[in-house]
Amino acid sequence: MFCEKAIEIIRELHRMGDGQLPAFNEDGIRQVLEEMKALYEQNQSDVNEAKSEGKSELIPTIKFRHCCLLRNQRCIAAYLYDRLLRIRALRWEYGSVLPTNIRFHMCAEELEWFNQYKKSLATFMRSLGGEEGLDITQDMKPPKSLYIEVRCLKDHGEFEIDDGTIILLKKNSQHFLPRWKCEQLIRQGVLEHIMS
Amino acid sequence: MSDALSDDHDASDMSGGDDGQEDVMTPSELIGKLEEAWLNEKFSPELLENKSEMVECVMEQLTHMEANLQRVRKAVTSALASKRLRSFSLMSWRKKRKSRAEGDPSFLSPEEFAFAKEYLANTETYLKAVALKHMPPNLQTVDMPKAVPEPCLDSFVFLRVREKQENILVEPETDDQREYVVDLDEVEQYSSFNCQGASFLGSDAVVSFQL
Repeated sequence: MFCEKAIEIIRELHRMGDGQLPAFNEDGIRQVLEEMKALYEQNQSDVNEAKSEGKSELIPTIKFRHCCLLRNQRCIAAYLYDRLLRIRALRWEYGSVLPTNIRFHMCAEELEWFNQYKKSLATFMRSLGGEEGLDITQDMKPPKSLYIEVRCLKDHGEFEIDDGTIILLKKNSQHFLPRWKCEQLIRQGVLEHIMS
Repeated sequence: MSDALSDDHDASDMSGGDDGQEDVMTPSELIGKLEEAWLNEKFSPELLENKSEMVECVMEQLTHMEANLQRVRKAVTSALASKRLRSFSLMSWRKKRKSRAEGDPSFLSPEEFAFAKEYLANTETYLKAVALKHMPPNLQTVDMPKAVPEPCLDSFVFLRVREKQENILVEPETDDQREYVVDLDEVEQYSSFNCQGASFLGSDAVVSFQL
């Protein structure tokens, strides 16, 4: 049946929940595009035949193929855009440098999209808060308190805080640090917020 | 603000006193001591001992508080801006274009609008490069703003009003219901109120919150 491959790639993406990014299904996309090409060519020839020989009985088939073409186009667009949304979320999750294992799952054009997105975001952030701009990816929720107690989950080496002090983030050490400095490390699993 | 100070243990520890005693005072104790010193100085006929260290402590404390306040301000601004940007959808783009045509107040700041334009262009370029240019000639464009689903305007919102609101029209949710009118009292919290549109939530009189 037509459009089955298109549904298959969407299902595969849908199965990976939680914002995960599976590998780019280049093969799947290629197959859907090939099906579209075949459908289109069949329609071209039928349209010519219908016109030149007045074969109006070909018209329902032509319409049917056209519906399949539209469906394939929509499925591909949905698959690609959903991946973009997941990639976009990664910028907020991981910062502007993505982990290598995630980059391997992205095609070249997705990497380019990501670079452009980062640029737009940086331009926007520069326009906020006066001359130095404001890094809005650090604070995604308003703060409840300014300093938080954290425990270090893995060795992370030296870490400098705003007043120049260097903290050694050794596994299992505990520290009382400014929240805004910790947020990204908490997200990356290096630090754990201790709620008393 | 008092929350911020009370959590801020390390930074607000003050060593008061000028003779090496390690007195740890809270900011309010320090201010109290300074006021005392000022009163003593004011009413004394002669010059008293200089309390410059205490003055320095207070100045330090002030700078620190200003920095904290600035950080809190920044953090809240940041949270708001990032939420708007992260939940930016092509829907906002469509809304913006529509409201511009109708002369409505803008939903997007000029910077947000510029961001939106770039986002849309970037996405269209990407789709073209990866798929659309390989498609049949009559299928090489997709109207993205039209293609993206609209946010669910029927989702529920918890809200509370700052001033009494009278004669609010509640529209029916199903065909069986009829529209009715309510008065919203400022003391009560309304736990289930169908979201009637952004303009209601956007007004100063209404505050929404999450339980």
